Amino acid sequence: MAKPVTLKELSKKEILFASGHRLCAGCGAPIIVKMVLLASDYPLIAANATGCLEVSSCISDYTAWKIPWIHNAFENAAATLSGVETMYRSLKKQGKIDKDIKFIAFGGDGGTYDIGLQSLSGAMERGHDMLYICYDNGAYMNTGIQRSSATPLGADTTTRPAGSVVPGKTEQRKNLTKIMAAHNIPYAAQASPSHWADLVRKVRKALDIPGPKFMNIISPCNRGWRSRTDDAIMLSRLAVETCYWPLYEIENGVTKITFKPREKKPIIDFLKPQGRFKHLFKPDAEDFLKRIQDDIDKEWERLQKEEACFSS
Amino acid sequence: MKLKNWKEVNPGSVITEPGSSEKFKTGSWRSSKPIWIEENCIQCLFCWIYCPDNAIKVKDGKRGEFDYEYCKGCGICALECPGKKGNKAIIMVEEGK
Repeated sequence: MAKPVTLKELSKKEILFASGHRLCAGCGAPIIVKMVLLASDYPLIAANATGCLEVSSCISDYTAWKIPWIHNAFENAAATLSGVETMYRSLKKQGKIDKDIKFIAFGGDGGTYDIGLQSLSGAMERGHDMLYICYDNGAYMNTGIQRSSATPLGADTTTRPAGSVVPGKTEQRKNLTKIMAAHNIPYAAQASPSHWADLVRKVRKALDIPGPKFMNIISPCNRGWRSRTDDAIMLSRLAVETCYWPLYEIENGVTKITFKPREKKPIIDFLKPQGRFKHLFKPDAEDFLKRIQDDIDKEWERLQKEEACFSS
Repeated sequence: MKLKNWKEVNPGSVITEPGSSEKFKTGSWRSSKPIWIEENCIQCLFCWIYCPDNAIKVKDGKRGEFDYEYCKGCGICALECPGKKGNKAIIMVEEGK
């Protein structure tokens, strides 16, 4: 059993993601990056797929990163980092590097679920020793809130707007964590910045495991979710407590739920504070709300059964 | 902060100074301002871990004053602050008042 994480202990370390980045006030992404970088005891090298985090953290000759960091196109963060990792292994073999370095790729949901999926899948299949972290804010927020395959059912986006006929997105979001676990990688997990100790523990665990690892982290976006600037942590906590975003890990094919809410909250608690779902609270949208709740119940039920399969 | 022209930028836009974004003071974005009330603070450090802009500095496990040069005034710290006996240790006030 790993020793518990305390904020006091973490606060002694240097934060490797500097102030002065140009992400919006109240954005979830810098909180996630800060926690991930604090979690590591290894020297890190990061690659970043195009997205909010990438464009806002290195504007015109200035960078917020205090670790070696490479920017690349939308679709190939995992491919780029595979190359860097391969070079590192070669240099290590030649005796030119003796440090134990870990590699992390960051991508948003657009660069991970959609555009970067094939390069990510390739990197996982080839078995590179790297951790891919997806910060999932549920749409292409950087370019103006276009629908992605991570956008939740019923959300209003600029390319799938809610109106008198269509109640926002009518398709379910895809379950990327499960897709990555289906690559039979040693570690895939879901985390939330509201549960920082769980997040830090998962990152530490992932970095200690050799081979390809994947983590999916929910990242509230007040611009795209049409919510207040101060509720990023509150909303990510509600996402966990309503089981919209269950916290679990799949280690060598074995599923383990790492946080079970004492009382599962109804999904409307999570939807209500967000303007992107406001059309669902009109009188004629009850059926659609029920469909959202049913989908979440089914998914949660399934996850618990998966866990039960392995616990006996 | 003066921007470099194209001749002064490194080939491939390689940046050699880590964390140079600190030269850009994002505090000017703020429309509301967090105020720390020390007597209500239990030093849980939730504000420190949840701050997106590292605008709270911690020394020897204890938080100090806000760094208003970078604080964008999002208010996450004030919302998450548990306070002492129901009294928040961080409140938000309108900027400039």
